[in-house]
Amino acid sequence: MAVAEQDTAVRTGGITRAFIYGILLLFMFFYLMPLFVMIANSLKPLAEITGGNMMALPDTWTAEPWRQAWSSAQIGVEPTGLKPYFINSILMVVPSVAISTVLGALNGYVLTKWSFRGDKIIFGLLLFSCFIPFQIVLIPMATVLGKLGLAGSIPGLILVHVVYGIGFSTLYYRNYYAAFPTELVRAAMIDGAGFFRIFWRIMLPVSGPITVVCVIWQFTNIWNDFLFGASFGGQTQPMTVALNNLVQSSTGVKEYNVHFAGAILAALPTLLVYIVAGRYFVRGLMAGSVKG
Amino acid sequence: MGFLDIQNVTKSYGSVEVLHRVDIEVQEGEFLVLVGPSGCGKSTLLNMIAGLESITSGDISIKGRVVNGVHPSKRNIAMVFQSYALYPNMTVGQNMTFGLEMHGTPKAERDRALKDVAKLLQIENLLDRKPGQLSGGQRQRVAMGRALVRDPDVFLFDEPLSNLDAKLRVDMRTEIKKLHEKLKTTIVYVTHDQIEAMTLSTRIAVMYQGYVQQLGTPKEIYDTPANVYVATFMGSPAMNVLPAKVVMHEGVPYAQIKDAGGVEKLLKFSQANMSDWSGKEILLGIRPESITDPDGADRNSNNIVPFRNRIGVTEPAGADTFVTMELGGIDIVARMRADANVGAGQEFDFAINMDKAVAFDPKTEERIKP
Repeated sequence: MAVAEQDTAVRTGGITRAFIYGILLLFMFFYLMPLFVMIANSLKPLAEITGGNMMALPDTWTAEPWRQAWSSAQIGVEPTGLKPYFINSILMVVPSVAISTVLGALNGYVLTKWSFRGDKIIFGLLLFSCFIPFQIVLIPMATVLGKLGLAGSIPGLILVHVVYGIGFSTLYYRNYYAAFPTELVRAAMIDGAGFFRIFWRIMLPVSGPITVVCVIWQFTNIWNDFLFGASFGGQTQPMTVALNNLVQSSTGVKEYNVHFAGAILAALPTLLVYIVAGRYFVRGLMAGSVKG
Repeated sequence: MGFLDIQNVTKSYGSVEVLHRVDIEVQEGEFLVLVGPSGCGKSTLLNMIAGLESITSGDISIKGRVVNGVHPSKRNIAMVFQSYALYPNMTVGQNMTFGLEMHGTPKAERDRALKDVAKLLQIENLLDRKPGQLSGGQRQRVAMGRALVRDPDVFLFDEPLSNLDAKLRVDMRTEIKKLHEKLKTTIVYVTHDQIEAMTLSTRIAVMYQGYVQQLGTPKEIYDTPANVYVATFMGSPAMNVLPAKVVMHEGVPYAQIKDAGGVEKLLKFSQANMSDWSGKEILLGIRPESITDPDGADRNSNNIVPFRNRIGVTEPAGADTFVTMELGGIDIVARMRADANVGAGQEFDFAINMDKAVAFDPKTEERIKP
């Protein structure tokens, strides 16, 4: 089928068009440059970086920096590579995202469809957690984790991230469900569905877009978190802390190629999540705001 | 004791009472319509019957069982919502049997009930579609189907037709009426449309400001409205309510009214006890169809009063021609036959059917009963 060429308005000339595309290309280069530098240099031997041009493509292509970053680079005192920390991060992020999303959805459901006296205040208080700076809670959190016996463990980190995540996930789901017709819930009540069944059978099936938004948001934030990981990670530090230890080490030769590879490895999961679910992200962001 | 009993029911939000002592007894198979303007408490009352809102005081019982505090799903009721409230993620079939599924009805029985109802409503070909793929009228049918499948004691309808366009609304209205005639189910139906109320109901409760203003058959409500509010709310165009003075002439009561030219005219009352009001002011209520051209007057009436007046405006509406004129100092509407020879500014001989006229006490606005 022939696609009609996009016509332009009477007063949009060729020059304007060229200008617009020029600007767009410029921005594209600007944004892709760092990625290019990282990828190009992570595939070079170290000598090529120290003795040559950062912007050039590798003369000798090698995957060795990647292998090193993954499994043998010196992280702190152990030559373990980023692998165990990557696993730590996964073990921390997946449950944190899942739990905080489920709790946020339940909160949103209760706050909009089972309104009770004081629900607005509770929502307001939950929102507060979106605005509390991380640094303020470090010491109280350390005390709590210590008392619970979770200090320096993955479950401890999960708890911290869930507590912090609930504020945002509640906000997302509450606003999404506020536009969800209450008559549906009432119809389901008359049909005999209980609290959880209404949630499971009626609300959740239409919560796709907002769930994607919530998962992307939580995943990115928790994966990228450094402060909590460094403070409460103990022996089970996440990827971000390990990357820092790799890059900031003050002894030995700075292996830039390994650092670049490590940095990409650390960013890869969030990148993947965006690529896979990104288009739902935009759709979901609009979904709650315009029309139910 | 009725099938559905609403006894002394009130509803308050905090210190504000929004529904005042409602008493309605609905018999089995009755079609009760709650009608009134927005905010009159009709939907609140319906939600209280459904169990979606709590009852502040009083009792609601269904089939002799008091259901205050009983969960909506255990009242054996079904409700059709204004927005239809079809579950968007389920097919029509799943929508209709969801209630049965929740009540643990076996699959085979569910399918049979679904088949019967789908056949009754002629939606068999839609069962595998999602609500989003249906037109407004189809959604309406599915919503009714979902209620019917449950085979409940009482059906509750919350303004089910107000989302449809005008033509479809009339069709669906007839359809609901047919369905009721066929199934003889007990229905409580909320609407703000007085024509829906008149056409569908076996009884109407006119509600206003949290009070049931009048409860009666459509004919009672229309012919003998309890007060000025009911009189003007029911009927379109609204009943003309004009100030008049009762005077006696040869022992018979007359209403004395100024016509468009400022001349006092006398209209003879059919209601004998109006003589008790001799010399006093009243409000006289005359429906537009009781003021006609002489040939269009009701032949069975015993009291047609000829009346000459100047016409203000004429509004041909196809089936009828409406005439606006001044009477008793206000504009009133009269209903002529379509081809009555009337024109603006013209002096015309009207015929007023005083048998159908009602009188109200101007202080209480209650009807003066014969």
